[in-house]
Parts: sequence; structure tokens; C-alpha cells
Amino acid sequence: MVGKQQYQRERGESLMTITGQFIAFFVFALMAITGGVLMLNLNKVIHMVLSIGLSFFGVAGLFIILQAEYLAFVQVLIYAGAITIMMAMGTMMTQHKEKDTKERNWTHIILSLLAAIGVGGFFLYGIYQTAWPTEAADLGANNVKVIGETLFQKYVIPFEVASVLLLVALVGAIVIAKREGDK
Amino acid sequence: MVPLGAYLAVGAILFSIGIYGLLTKKNGIIVLLSTELMLNAVNVNLVAFSKFGVNANITGQIFTVFTITVAAAEAAIGLALLMAVFRNKATINVKEMDIMKR
Repeated sequence: MVGKQQYQRERGESLMTITGQFIAFFVFALMAITGGVLMLNLNKVIHMVLSIGLSFFGVAGLFIILQAEYLAFVQVLIYAGAITIMMAMGTMMTQHKEKDTKERNWTHIILSLLAAIGVGGFFLYGIYQTAWPTEAADLGANNVKVIGETLFQKYVIPFEVASVLLLVALVGAIVIAKREGDK
Repeated sequence: MVPLGAYLAVGAILFSIGIYGLLTKKNGIIVLLSTELMLNAVNVNLVAFSKFGVNANITGQIFTVFTITVAAAEAAIGLALLMAVFRNKATINVKEMDIMKR
């Protein structure tokens, strides 16, 4: 028994006991994956956009379990809020009645499936084989304060570059989407 | 305590779903959303390593903030491009965006 536990510790696995954290992880991971699978299988484009919103909410829940509360709120605001709504509006402005086209090219689908399963299986095999560190770091109760201090002391130049990038993207998106010939 | 491998497995599965959607979907908006899903999978990995990694500290979360910034910029530009394509060709089917192939 001791040998088995030692083996499992070397393999980076711990004996999983059912705790509240485990249940929460299971629910949020299921939300994230279900949203993705629904996006692949639904027919109408607007339903696909809303199902990916479910996936984003699930990932936000995973962030909360990982003690990244600030990122969880950013995820809900930017991904589940802004990007999902923006894509829904884009759908309404382009082809809101159109279903995703039904023509199917089976060679293409099978090759894509092989690519996805190949990459995913490769990753999962690597994750299973590696001995990961088991002890968790305590990132502190004051997540927002720590992130703010690190961001504005150590990473202030990348922060400014990111703000310039956002400005360029804003102006560029307006210029690209503007009707040509408008003065 | 949920082990690190479980988070990484969720990230890998989300990434595979993103790849499959990116390769098979015809609607340009869904293709963009699949890209966002793949970026999200990477974010899960970064945040998991910022808690469980060998040298665990807050830097993983800082990096995720930048990833989210870039993802938002990418979504805005991609949607603007789709608007421009829709105005010119009246479709956002990626199969019909083949001007540069002809």
C-alpha cells in the first residue's frame, strides 16, 4: 500500500477524494467542454455563438477554483460578455437566417477529425506520462492587489504596449469596417 | 485538491474542439469563435501552471491578461474583416473566400 502511494506520488497523481472543490471542478469543466461540443453540433449560427458563451463561463469557473478571481471576472466581462455579444451582433448583421451549410465533404471531415484527435491525444498522452508537481502554491487572498503591483512594477512596458495594441486594433477595425468611398 | 493534470486535460480537450471547429465550420464567425476557444484553452493552462507549476507565482496570470488583450483585438479585427467581405461578396462562407486562389 505504501509502495503504491509512493508510486502514485512519483507519477504525480494524488488519490482524488470527493470534495466540494472536486465537484465544482467537474461541473465547470463539463460546462466548458459541453459548450464546445454544442458549438460543433448545433445547426443555427446564433445558437453556436450562445453555446460558446457557456464554454467561456465554464472556463471562468475554473479560474475561480485556481485562485485567479481577477481573471475570472475579466473572462466573464471580455469573453462571455463582449466577445460573445459582438459575435452575436456580427451574425445578425451578416447572415442571420442562414443555417450553417449542409454540404458535407467526408474526406475533409475525417481528415479534420484525425487532426483534432491526433493533437488532443498527443497532449493527453504527454499529460498522463509526465510527473507534475503536486503541491499548490498559495497565491494569496488579495489576488487583484498582487496582480496590480506586479503589472505596474515589473511589467509596465508590456502593459503600455498592450494599450497601444488595443488602440491600433480599435482604429483599424473602424477603418476596415467603414463603407468604402465614404468621405 | 484537483491535480494539475486534470486542468491540463480540460485545456487539451478544449484545444482539440477548437481545432476541429476551425477546420470544418463554413461560417466565418464560427471559425473566429473556434480560435477564441483555442486561446481560452491556453489560458486555462497558463493559470493552472501559475498555481501548480515548478516555480509557481503570479506571472502566469499576468501573461493571461495579455493573452486576453490580444484575443479581444483579434476578435475585433476579424469581425471587421468579415463585415468588409460580407459587403463585397454578400457571404461570409469561408469556402467562397477564394479570390487569391484564382
